[in-house]
Amino acid sequence: MNLTLKVWRQDGPNDPGHFETYQASDVKDEMSFLEMLDVVNENLIEAGREPITFDSDCREGICGTCGLMINGQAHGPQKGTATCQLHMRKFHDGETVTIEPFRAAAFPIIKDLVVDRSSFDAIIQSGGFISADTGAPRDANEILIPKPAADTAMDAAACIGCGACVAACPNGAGQLFTSAKLAHLNLLPQGQSERWRRTEDMVETMELFFGSCTNYGECQEACPKEIPIDFIALMNRDYLKSKLKNRKLIGQR
Amino acid sequence: MSNITLDSKAPSGDIKDRWDNHRFNMKLVNPANKRKFTVLVVGSGLAGAAAAASLAELGYQVKCFTFHDSPRRAHSIAAQGGINAAKNYKNDGDSIHRLFYDTVKGGDFRARESNVYRLAQVSVDIIDQCVAQGVPFAREYGGLLDNRSFGGAQVSRTFYARGQTGQQLLLGAYQALMQQVSLGRVEMHTKTELLDVVTKDGVCVGIVTRDLTTGEIRSWSGHATMLATGGYGNAFYLSTNAMNCNATAAWRAHKKGALFANPCYTQIHPTCIPASDPFQSKLTLMSESLRNDGRIWVPLKADDNRPADQIPESERDYFLERKYPAFGNLVPRDVASRNAKTVVDEGRGVGPLKNGVFLDFGDAINRLGGDVVFERYGNLFDMYERITDENPAKEPRRIYPASHYTMGGLWVDYNLMTNIPGLYALGEANFSDHGANRLGASALMQGLADGYFVAPYTVGDYLAGLLGQSPVATDDPAFTQAEAGLNDEIKRWVSVGGTKSPEHYHRELGKLVWDYCGMARDKTGLEKALGEIPALRDEFEKNVRVLGDPEGMNQSLEKVARVADFFDLGELMCRDALMREESCGGHFRVEHQTEEGEAQRDDENFSFVGAWEWEGKGQAQTLHKEPLVFEYVKPTQRSYK
Repeated sequence: MNLTLKVWRQDGPNDPGHFETYQASDVKDEMSFLEMLDVVNENLIEAGREPITFDSDCREGICGTCGLMINGQAHGPQKGTATCQLHMRKFHDGETVTIEPFRAAAFPIIKDLVVDRSSFDAIIQSGGFISADTGAPRDANEILIPKPAADTAMDAAACIGCGACVAACPNGAGQLFTSAKLAHLNLLPQGQSERWRRTEDMVETMELFFGSCTNYGECQEACPKEIPIDFIALMNRDYLKSKLKNRKLIGQR
Repeated sequence: MSNITLDSKAPSGDIKDRWDNHRFNMKLVNPANKRKFTVLVVGSGLAGAAAAASLAELGYQVKCFTFHDSPRRAHSIAAQGGINAAKNYKNDGDSIHRLFYDTVKGGDFRARESNVYRLAQVSVDIIDQCVAQGVPFAREYGGLLDNRSFGGAQVSRTFYARGQTGQQLLLGAYQALMQQVSLGRVEMHTKTELLDVVTKDGVCVGIVTRDLTTGEIRSWSGHATMLATGGYGNAFYLSTNAMNCNATAAWRAHKKGALFANPCYTQIHPTCIPASDPFQSKLTLMSESLRNDGRIWVPLKADDNRPADQIPESERDYFLERKYPAFGNLVPRDVASRNAKTVVDEGRGVGPLKNGVFLDFGDAINRLGGDVVFERYGNLFDMYERITDENPAKEPRRIYPASHYTMGGLWVDYNLMTNIPGLYALGEANFSDHGANRLGASALMQGLADGYFVAPYTVGDYLAGLLGQSPVATDDPAFTQAEAGLNDEIKRWVSVGGTKSPEHYHRELGKLVWDYCGMARDKTGLEKALGEIPALRDEFEKNVRVLGDPEGMNQSLEKVARVADFFDLGELMCRDALMREESCGGHFRVEHQTEEGEAQRDDENFSFVGAWEWEGKGQAQTLHKEPLVFEYVKPTQRSYK
């Protein structure tokens, strides 16, 4: 198949950026979307033009490095699929495909299609962990974890930190990402002692970078791991509770 | 050639007590002095993130570097199947000794016994540590941890988190690291790639990096440096490694004098999705846990074009079950891979390109029900369907071996220190624990063992001797010369002005390495490769094209240096494979096989670690040998029948 690509080019954070049009010819169904871009890039290099800068790494949908807005959809048209796992059989001959970076105030563009997502690391740094220094903790089987709790924690922990939820959100909100990490840790027995502090710190750090959630639900539609917005409800409940329970605050009033 | 004696520093005495005694005998750094030492950790995958976090918890000043935009992206994240530990939770006869024995045997008697025993001991602590951190391992209904058996083992000792074990373990280490960053104990440098290791008077004093966003070349000084930078599987171009996995850090250390051990020990993983087109950028692995319930077969007759469901039982060849009744589909990876190659070479391959074998879940679904099978492997079913557009619950999936892991790496002693004092190598970047073949679910175990439980102890013994010394200043000529060299290298690449992309040459190199140094190797092919690789490298150096500004984000510039290092490394893989006139584990020399086609070792002449010393560009490396002694597991011909 042959495609027309409209690709966002931006030479650095301060460049205003613009769309450029390229032809992708002889695209095969079996190619992944990023392999299609690889071929476009090789042709650009042979023609002496600078290739399109885009991020990708594992190309099996787990590292969260890749992420493109494809025809206005984060990670493109296939549900539950990261850009690297999207294959060209989902497109048809003669189609024009618009490719943009993940746009959000919290994700400044570095170059072309590459954005800076370090605001996610900042959220994790503020509390997305269970304090357990390396050493000799108790035997793993001494902590009994009911299977449903372990399974739900795992559902949340499956987040790959790609940022599609933010890119898809009209408000550029970071709720789905933050709530997924909170749910993972807050549902496990090991996570209880820091639960309230963690919730407050992460939510408040999130709010420094990201917009507010107004329940559009676009995030769960775009999530390549299909993480549900139920976790946002859990986060909101825990945040409210933490305001009542957080011992840190008692002495400060 | 310098006068190097490879001292493994492996302790003697009863193997059960070696690590304990060694820990007791090592010097300690008192808590108040720890903050006077700076440790550079390069790489933030399982080994690197675990080491950086653990060292910071102990009180050292840590600087951690990764070329990724976040430590959470390291390729450890893609490991699917699980992590081994000798917990014996299943009461099926597992023990530290059995894990040790299995690992030495699985490695085809080419690993160091002391290191492997320590790995098996520490495995138990890893699970405890990870659970304490909140890694959501699979649980049974009673709340206890679940286990499964995994390729090459007859016990259930593999802990797992669905098909995303690597992800969950990495996130555990990443979160611990992020906590230390927030406490100000780790200085984290993302999008920062190591381009040189700096030595002064034979001792490692730091590194030089390039900032991938601004292009800035900068020196970093530390009392000790740890490379946890992964393996070199991308020398094959097509592999299951991530696109950006590269050997540059290890290779640049090698060029500064660190010996590179056993480069020909590469692992070809049996259960990957076969390549589908010439633009393929990488191959995708399907966890070999699939082999627990899936049955591998091909048609009995060559060129059988019928769909799988129209081939009756009597015309199917379950070749692993037939040849290896005891282990069946669970034989170690090297054995499974070679047998798949044999049947495909016989013309019995399946799929449009006839380049795969079937992995069939029909029986498992009938026996256990679709729900149980889907719970165990659900994401692996989805993943396969996304890539191939075929539903593996309805028709058998196709698999074929692909480059996956490299057992070779920087030579290290028992303390994980290379032959350059102050320079350590952890995880896949070193060579020490897997011998000539790694067992399934052991990579995560080794990465975390090195990072959480070995390097943080052993580095203290080295640092204790440096008390009162400041790190070498970064304006020292050792650093400024290294920086100048890198600036020249970058100028050279951007001014070649050729016609082909770095990617093009990587692909061409990969074909040579795969064809001549892949699943089966022979003298003629290897000698041919040793002629063709340098010729292709010459063309690459004259005709590669790197466009764009070097002082900003430039992916072609990142890539070209990595490809240049893969050229040298690919050549060394072939030289090592040619030297090793025997077959062992992942290294299969066609000339050396038993009558049944199994790997034939030559213990009399090749029971050693082959560690190569860099002699300068264009010069053949010099081989140094570390003899291997087996006191506890007597070398035998591996048999899985």
